[in-house]
Amino acid sequence: MAERSFKKEVAHLRKGAGDTFTGEGILAITKALLENGVGYVGGYQGAPISHLMDVLADAQDLLGELDVRFEANASEGAAAAMLAASVHYPIRGAVTFKGPVGVNVASDALANLSSSGVTGGALVIVGEDYGEGSSIMQERSHAFAMKSQFWMLDPRPNLPSITKAVKDGFELSEASNTPVMLMVRIRSCHVTGSFETRDNIAPPLSVKDALSSPRSDFARVVLPPMSYLHEQDKIKNRWPAAEAFIVENKLNEVFGPDRAPLGIVVQGGMYNGVVRALQRLGLADIYGNTDVPLYVLNVTYPLVKDEFERFCKGKDHVLVVEEGQPDFIEQQLGSFLYKSRSSVNLHGKDMLPMAGEYTGQVMLDGVTAFLKVAAPDMLPGNVRAPNAEASQIPDLSKTVPIRPPGFCTGCPERPIFAAMKLTEQELGKHQISGDIGCHLFAALPPFEIGGATMGYGLGPASNAAFDGGGERRAISILGDGGFWHNGLSSSIGNMVFNKSDTVAVIVDNYYSAATGGQDVLSSRAKNDTKSTNNPISAALKGVGVEWVRQIDRTYDVGKVREVLHEALTTDYAGPKVIVASSECMLNKQRREKPLRNQAIKEGRRVDIPRFGVDPDVCTGDHACIRLSGCPSLSLKKLDDPLRDDPVAHIDQTCVGCGNCGEVADTAILCPSFYQADVVHNPTGFEAWRAKQRSKVIAWLQQRRDTKRLVLR
Amino acid sequence: MNALTPSKTPDARMAQITKLAVMAVGGQGGGVLTAWIETLARAQGYEVQATSVAGVAQRTGATIYYIEMTPKTDQQPIFALAPSAGDVDILIAAEMMEVGRAVLRGFVTPDRTTLIGSTHRALAVSEKSVPGDGIANAEEVRAAAEIAAQTLILADMEGLAVGQGSVISASLFGALAGSKALPFPRAAFEDAIRQSGKGVDASLRAFAQGYDAAQHGVEPVEKVAAPASEIAGPQNLVGDWQKLIKRIETLPQDVQQMALAGLQKVVDFQDCAYGSAYLDRLDTVIARDSTEKDWLLSETAAKYIANAMAYDDIIRVADIKTRKPRFDRIRTEMGAQPDQVMQLTEYFHPRAEEIAGLLPAALGARIEGRPKAMARLDRWFGKGRRLRTDSLPAFAMLHILGGLKSYRLKTRRHAVEVAHLDAWLDRSLAPLATDYALSVELLRCRRLIKGYSDTHARGLTKFDSVMNGAAILKGRKDAADWVARLREAALQDPEGKALSGALETIRSFTDPQTH
Repeated sequence: MAERSFKKEVAHLRKGAGDTFTGEGILAITKALLENGVGYVGGYQGAPISHLMDVLADAQDLLGELDVRFEANASEGAAAAMLAASVHYPIRGAVTFKGPVGVNVASDALANLSSSGVTGGALVIVGEDYGEGSSIMQERSHAFAMKSQFWMLDPRPNLPSITKAVKDGFELSEASNTPVMLMVRIRSCHVTGSFETRDNIAPPLSVKDALSSPRSDFARVVLPPMSYLHEQDKIKNRWPAAEAFIVENKLNEVFGPDRAPLGIVVQGGMYNGVVRALQRLGLADIYGNTDVPLYVLNVTYPLVKDEFERFCKGKDHVLVVEEGQPDFIEQQLGSFLYKSRSSVNLHGKDMLPMAGEYTGQVMLDGVTAFLKVAAPDMLPGNVRAPNAEASQIPDLSKTVPIRPPGFCTGCPERPIFAAMKLTEQELGKHQISGDIGCHLFAALPPFEIGGATMGYGLGPASNAAFDGGGERRAISILGDGGFWHNGLSSSIGNMVFNKSDTVAVIVDNYYSAATGGQDVLSSRAKNDTKSTNNPISAALKGVGVEWVRQIDRTYDVGKVREVLHEALTTDYAGPKVIVASSECMLNKQRREKPLRNQAIKEGRRVDIPRFGVDPDVCTGDHACIRLSGCPSLSLKKLDDPLRDDPVAHIDQTCVGCGNCGEVADTAILCPSFYQADVVHNPTGFEAWRAKQRSKVIAWLQQRRDTKRLVLR
Repeated sequence: MNALTPSKTPDARMAQITKLAVMAVGGQGGGVLTAWIETLARAQGYEVQATSVAGVAQRTGATIYYIEMTPKTDQQPIFALAPSAGDVDILIAAEMMEVGRAVLRGFVTPDRTTLIGSTHRALAVSEKSVPGDGIANAEEVRAAAEIAAQTLILADMEGLAVGQGSVISASLFGALAGSKALPFPRAAFEDAIRQSGKGVDASLRAFAQGYDAAQHGVEPVEKVAAPASEIAGPQNLVGDWQKLIKRIETLPQDVQQMALAGLQKVVDFQDCAYGSAYLDRLDTVIARDSTEKDWLLSETAAKYIANAMAYDDIIRVADIKTRKPRFDRIRTEMGAQPDQVMQLTEYFHPRAEEIAGLLPAALGARIEGRPKAMARLDRWFGKGRRLRTDSLPAFAMLHILGGLKSYRLKTRRHAVEVAHLDAWLDRSLAPLATDYALSVELLRCRRLIKGYSDTHARGLTKFDSVMNGAAILKGRKDAADWVARLREAALQDPEGKALSGALETIRSFTDPQTH
């Protein structure tokens, strides 16, 4: 874990009864796990739940004291499978990953787990990556709960509610022998606030203890005829038990007046948004005391028919606020009302959009539309009869450029894609498939490399149709994270077995970088609790790849291009795999900068390189930028009436990775780039030599300047 | 309806919730700024909530952080998790186009929003990758911000922070304090920085800069006057120069400034005799121009003839790379202290074309005509070279190359450039009698020729395409407009896709068969 240290956060985890925790939602969940006697925790990193994994990875001492096992699982599937420990043993377990992509990967294990049923509480904490800032396809994890029949919690987005949901989740799971998914949205994971902590509790039965008295029961194995019994058990026993628990413990909440002709049913996670809309309409105060009754579904699956019908009693109109699609909840509630021949008018996606995030404005518009129909008298006058002035703010939509994420300054992946772009310029456009990870940014300008991504570790697998080869070999990208997650078997194994005549490029930056710089098997750092330094190339050879090329410095654009060229043109017909390795610059800088500053302070010799552009030599064609996109390589407008176009310019954030110089050289762009190495604390000889040199140079310069006109 | 109070107005207490959004570019430290604001507000007895959508947007993408706060009571307030259009009290934007994005998204409204923005630019990839000038118009954003914000604070917060060895989050935090948009004393802000415990001194210095900047509101756009150029050198050369200046003074007023800039460039490139040749060329254009169009043709010619005459050959590059002011400039830019050593590495990759261009004209032409000889040259010279110009051998080599000016006019490259220049001038001025505007536009096409090697070759191809396109348009009233459009299209993408499209359009309406 090189990106940052979480020592400060770990201290929070030690808080006990009477203390107050103040911080982020995802960290509060982590603390709540320990308060609820969790026996083991696992997961796979990804925004927005990486923090839970990072903090626990740094909390080995505390976990040791409590006898809690922490596992950084190889994938979400592996994480979900770990919950098998709660099938036979009364041990609480929790795993975490992002949804819905992580849930996709985990669905095999989750389906089996749900069929077997659990004895100890099993909690799946899913960070739902939906709406603004999301990096994945827009879907809902909700569907998985419905198909496998595990329960889904969607608590109100504040720390007391989220941490209570952890407790409720374990208890609900145990009461109904069913795994429970605790869904938290991106913003809830990052929301800050406070809650009163309790003492951490060591698990009554630890996983170590369990190994001393192992259990098994074939009735829990998913094999016929038990699997048929599991299905019956779900419907006849587990589901009713869950409903009973939800009602008795009031997991869902009702706010507002008892009697009113209208009401709103809302997912817990959407509660704050609804209240804000009501606040803006004058129908709720800042503490959430509302004039419109709210039925808050902290449990979004299963829905409890009786409880819902009690809420609807005496109401003419009910609005369902359910973000995302399909509208599973609205459909179910509609079915409830229809079957009980209710006269309640149910609204939802007719007033709120079917797709997309429910932002503040969307919510305000939706609630207003609902009130216009259900209770127009409640609306403030200015909403009923708007007296709006035309906005006079100029439209900037054509002015402001989009700013998608991209490679960081000094990223070691940039030169790989620069080389690939140069290779395509030489050999023509190729069929290229991408994978999940920072390297997917190559699909965006200026590189525009790769046209598809089918899932984590599936880059080469998604080129399988082209395994037979053709005029130009297909290329696929795979990151080191994806390689160890799923790629080794699903992608590389697939290539070997099918004698694929394609090229795979493995981008090895020493970390699972896009998710925050967690270690993977091939990381180069020493890690006390994990096995690192397992080379990717060794694994490749192990599964039978014969053509492997290892590149140890991706910044050597010429070398990368050469190897790519070889892979694309060699006579060898089997799978060709290039491993391009250089450390993630973000992590490298975080590690090395303090060390470097320390060294300078102590008077040791330190050489700091940075790049620059000679503005007089640069002609402003920006070819270098089209092979880079580096944030530190930008443009500058010169104060020269003879120049039309801005010239390239490198700002002080340059980390001296060398990509622009290498690209200028390999692509034969122009001689404007230079590298300046400032040597701090030079040796005595070095300083003396530099002085002599500059004396001679200055003499030569002066001599010439006396013979010509010098304009200043 | 008994239980309900009809026709309510928004709760007056809503105003007690202060809503603050930070819009930044990933990597700018938006998270640090948010944490400071949280710490500050909690210390001042406020209930605070912050949220963000970090994820991959942190990797250089546009990010947004959101904070709500209200004085603490015994009840728990319900805060929103994201900003809403028209409902933001304070908007901090850490870059000029993020200021624009904030306005665009409706987060800045005249009834309530204090907008604190940094005027510096972190260019988006789409702005900097076009071959021409794709930089977004910051003036439009400034104008919109002035209308949209209730209170506007704009300054180069990045520059202020970097000047203090700190980062922009500190200067923005200072500007927030200075804006008085939050009811907290300055010392409370500074305490929040101290509590974070990292880089405190530098942060406090940048904070103070931001605080002061906020007092000024909107920082005026600085217009830097071009410094008057001084001339130094041996007596006889200065005399020659004075003569050239005298000639400039006889030119039409409208042409003088550009002609002076052009003259400086060509004299710097070669010598006063070459400068004289430049003015001779310019004179031929002026002779055919008049005050009727404010000497636009001559001014345009003054600019592009100079650019064409000061072409980029090895001699020019070597000369520029070995000059003293360059060494000083780089030392300053790199922040090298006098006790530190600076090593300088130049990235060169000459090709056979450059070497052949450096040979005497006849020999160079002969070699260029023989692919085998070119291949041999490429084998000998054509590879990437890293030249350490802080060391004597590399410096001496470039110094000697840079001193070959007396030989330059005999080189193959010079012959090629002169021929191209003459042809371009002739073609540009050919329609002058009937279409003045077209001649101006054709002169301007010289802008397409830039770069080195492949880029240069592509530029030449585009130049030829546009000039040939102009030939099709001859005689049309809108010929000049179309040439301008073709040129702009050529500058949009490197492959010339937009240009091909535009040429296609021209052919469609000039081809008689389609009518």
